[in-house]
Amino acid sequence: MAGLTTYGSYVPYWRLTASAIASVTGRREGGGTRAVASYDEDTTTMAVAAGLSALASVGSVDHLDSLGFVTSHPAYVDKTNATAVHAALGLPRAIRCTDTGGAARSGLSALIAALRSTETTLVTIADTVTGPAGSPDEVGGGDAAAAFLVGNMPAVATFLGSGSASDEFTDRWRLPGESWAKTWEERFGEAIYTRLAEESFVSALKDADVPAGDIDRYAIVGLSPRAAKTFTRTCGVDPSHVVDDLTSAIGNAGAAQPGVLLAAMLDEAAPGETLAVTMLADGADTLILRTTDLLESRRQPTPVAEQLAAGNDELRYADFLTWKGQLVRQTPRRPDPDRAAAPPAYRAEAWKFAFTGSECNACGTRHLPPQRVCLECGDMGDMSPVRLVDSAARIATYTIDHLAYSPAPPVIGAVVDFEGGGRFACEMTDADPEKVSIGQQVEMTFRRMSDTDGIHNYFWKVRPAVEPPTELDTEESAS
Amino acid sequence: MSSYGIKDRVAIVGMGCTRFGERWDSSTGDMLIESTRAALMEAGLEQDAIDAYWLGTMTSGFSGMTLSSVLKTKYKPVTRVENYCATGSEAFRNACYAVAAGAYDIVMAVGVEKLKDNGYSGLVNSDDSTDGTATALSAPARFSLLGPAYVEKYGVSRETFKQAMTHTAWKNHYNGARNPRAQFQAEVSKEKIDAAPAVAGDLGIFDCSGVSDGSAAAIIVRAEDAYKYTDKPLFVKGLAFAAGPGTGPIDPRYDYTTFEEVVHSAADAYQQAGVEAPAEELMMAEVHDCFTPTELVLMEDLGFSARGTVCDDTLSGKFTLEGALPINPDGGLKSFGHPIGASGLRMLFECWLQLRGEAPAERQVAARGKRYGLTHNLGGSPGDCVSFVSIVGPELG
Repeated sequence: MAGLTTYGSYVPYWRLTASAIASVTGRREGGGTRAVASYDEDTTTMAVAAGLSALASVGSVDHLDSLGFVTSHPAYVDKTNATAVHAALGLPRAIRCTDTGGAARSGLSALIAALRSTETTLVTIADTVTGPAGSPDEVGGGDAAAAFLVGNMPAVATFLGSGSASDEFTDRWRLPGESWAKTWEERFGEAIYTRLAEESFVSALKDADVPAGDIDRYAIVGLSPRAAKTFTRTCGVDPSHVVDDLTSAIGNAGAAQPGVLLAAMLDEAAPGETLAVTMLADGADTLILRTTDLLESRRQPTPVAEQLAAGNDELRYADFLTWKGQLVRQTPRRPDPDRAAAPPAYRAEAWKFAFTGSECNACGTRHLPPQRVCLECGDMGDMSPVRLVDSAARIATYTIDHLAYSPAPPVIGAVVDFEGGGRFACEMTDADPEKVSIGQQVEMTFRRMSDTDGIHNYFWKVRPAVEPPTELDTEESAS
Repeated sequence: MSSYGIKDRVAIVGMGCTRFGERWDSSTGDMLIESTRAALMEAGLEQDAIDAYWLGTMTSGFSGMTLSSVLKTKYKPVTRVENYCATGSEAFRNACYAVAAGAYDIVMAVGVEKLKDNGYSGLVNSDDSTDGTATALSAPARFSLLGPAYVEKYGVSRETFKQAMTHTAWKNHYNGARNPRAQFQAEVSKEKIDAAPAVAGDLGIFDCSGVSDGSAAAIIVRAEDAYKYTDKPLFVKGLAFAAGPGTGPIDPRYDYTTFEEVVHSAADAYQQAGVEAPAEELMMAEVHDCFTPTELVLMEDLGFSARGTVCDDTLSGKFTLEGALPINPDGGLKSFGHPIGASGLRMLFECWLQLRGEAPAERQVAARGKRYGLTHNLGGSPGDCVSFVSIVGPELG
């Protein structure tokens, strides 16, 4: 029976508060915070982060037919973005990679399509939403990602059914190449969406053969918060079972939001619970799942709640605008970063995308980047590939670089040593320069290093790891 | 490994060095003419007497025609040389070998770099054909890793190391203030150095060398011919070069407190020259002070200070003009900036002046019976570099 084999989500480190915006615009729109993809992130890198989280509990994937990447803000058009996600996740070459998207509806709809197919698919959904300075979409939009491994394998949640309703009306639209959407008056869409929500929900209940009263956790989100609120009052689900849509913490991350909500429900659900999620976007889609005993052992490593708690809400509004391309700042008198040339990047695909170094077959020494001749024993024979994305690493030394170009200066340069061997000199991101220390544990994160000639230069950086509690900490908390 | 050297087989008989700085007045070609004519004049030679040229430049030209098309050298061979920040020294080394091999009678090594015309801050070394995975840290950031590592290894306080850095910047600017060819010819107080804005790690602006334009040239002949051209030639005692395996950034054992490449090239040069105790035997040395911590670590790698003692040696004045071993008496990269192709030959030019007793009195180093001068270049970054060491002296034997 089809279901979710694993799941994962990603909420970026940075948060912009409504008050930070209001302190500049002088006008307050809404409250709370929104999650912000850093200057070195895009929908592709966020999909990789969510994908890594989804695959963490299973280690490797024995069989995969396809990888889907869903977004309304692709890093490239014409060029498939799923192939970069695929390469960064180190997945086998013999699978199909597909981009889906263009609209907020694509996320949940792609997940339902995967659950209804016979394939084993990794569905990654990432989105980024903003609006003009001071607009409701700016403070109310969000950046986030989710990923689900779907197939006929032992599942953490089995597919019970789905229901959809579609309609054509001009509620929210964006021309290709534009940064943000325009919307019609919200009250126009509210009535339509309320009706569509009900139609899809009833259809899904029927498909799943589950009464509304049996739903243990219900998430509804989408382009009409008013309709969502109206519908939850009449949908028949126990009001205490309707979960927070997280828009006051993340904002509304478009196509990714229902995925993040589903991940958050899976973080907390017990085995045997019935979960439902409805997305309102140019119609409505509702998905119903039931969790299994396997969920306990396959939860994502860092739950959504912890991802939210780990955020930094001190992002300056000026930096947010700069990162979103709305504020042009003075740059150092330095040339643009070199572009990543296609042939060397392709030759280095395993290194650049999958972070695969080489291990000497004669003496076991690891090399990052891969070397042809061993630095230790000089052996010139073949080396074995070694992917170190998930290996524990600590900072050997570091420096704070005020001179190197960055949209978020200063740059933190770190030299990190991996447990089991291997040293890597790189940039550190999502970190406070004042809090970096020698010995600090870090983890790998796939980022966009630069953009030159419209080529996104993807590679790996490190970021502070969530330190596992030491024995001492555990004893202290026990006593 | 065999490294026989060419001790006392070739001699420098003329040198020229331009003023270094923001040479808005001069092109690359103008500076090449300025340095080569000065060298020819010192040797009393016409340009046609030069049999072959070695031109060192990193970014100001590619082929030998950068020189030949300006000087109109009439079909003479010109070899363009590049080897990172040791480029100028590398032009000199290869020119010396050509004479020692008997291939030519009279050759010239020329270094030049025009860094200021591109309008950028710092050195620009663009490569448009990479996979994009190299770290984009600035040069000061890469060298700033030396200080914390040194402090950690030797138990010196961070403040002491910083004081030694400041002393080094102060000393080199003091020397540069006595040099009319320097880019910066003013003394800088230690208070001002300490208060400068941060650039990277513990490095402030005054811990970094400047960016400038310049050129320098040397004429090299067989040792037995030297006195035909000058009463005071300099004889080449040792020439050593080490290209590292570049493993520092990928080898967990590298601790950022030494340049192995320098240790190797220094040992080779000392062996060629017959130098056993460099700190006692050298009259002066010009070393690659691209950043102040670099000069400090070099003192230990070149054998001028015992391991772990450079801060004490520095702060006690060992390396000042009056000290036991004056380092960078011309002001170093700190005062001259670093026009890549020219720097190595600029250092040699200071040996030319000092060892022949022709430096301006206010910075002339007392010989005290010592006969050798040393020049050193480093190109790359800690754990990942090339190193050059030369030793020259005014007498045979």
